[in-house]
Amino acid sequence: MKIEQTRDNSTLTLALEGRLDTLTAPELEQVVNSNLDGLTALVFDFAKLEYVSSAGLRVLLSAQKKMNKQGSMQVKNVCAEIMEVLDITGFSDILTIV
Amino acid sequence: MVQKETTVDADFDKGPYLTSLVEEMLEPYDPSPKAVIQVSVAIDEIFSNIVRYSGAASIVVRNQYDESTGMFSMAFIDNGVPYNPLDKKDPDVTLSAEDRQIGGLGIFLVKKTMDNVTYERKGNENYFTIYKKMK
Repeated sequence: MKIEQTRDNSTLTLALEGRLDTLTAPELEQVVNSNLDGLTALVFDFAKLEYVSSAGLRVLLSAQKKMNKQGSMQVKNVCAEIMEVLDITGFSDILTIV
Repeated sequence: MVQKETTVDADFDKGPYLTSLVEEMLEPYDPSPKAVIQVSVAIDEIFSNIVRYSGAASIVVRNQYDESTGMFSMAFIDNGVPYNPLDKKDPDVTLSAEDRQIGGLGIFLVKKTMDNVTYERKGNENYFTIYKKMK
């Protein structure tokens, strides 16, 4: 998985490409955690993301909890296959999908 | 009917290899892209579960595809501790972010996206099998 980071003052956009799974989720978690200082908006761009497994959901949940305390989080460009995963697991109610 | 059996080390790094084996096997039959993605997610969930909990050193996967029905099956066989993930209670998917537990979500996802999922203990081996219609 590729993670493209764009930081604009207090907004961080992470564009993900490939597969967010057991092997790649820890890398995303590390990128999120190392950028939290002073962050008020976190945006995930899923335009080039192929799929998400529960390991990826765990990182998204953890990021959402952190951003609930210091700002907001959005997930954009979610394809139908990933949306189904978010719907089944109830994550479509937890996350702000735009 | 096409069938292929492979043995891999119980190592998280082997997950993508298993996915690529399935993709290669199914590719000539023009499977539904959505079904392929769902199987890929299921492989990540099941394989990582076995690596994490079974204590087995290696895992045998038996892939089978029936061209006449479009049914694909994949059996994960390990000689680790007896463990049936289907015994786990489904997670409450209506809880808020703060109250959410992540445990059990992977197997829940597998149950919801596959056509059938079975577990059997045969001798000293766990057999966990997923079935998915690829058409």
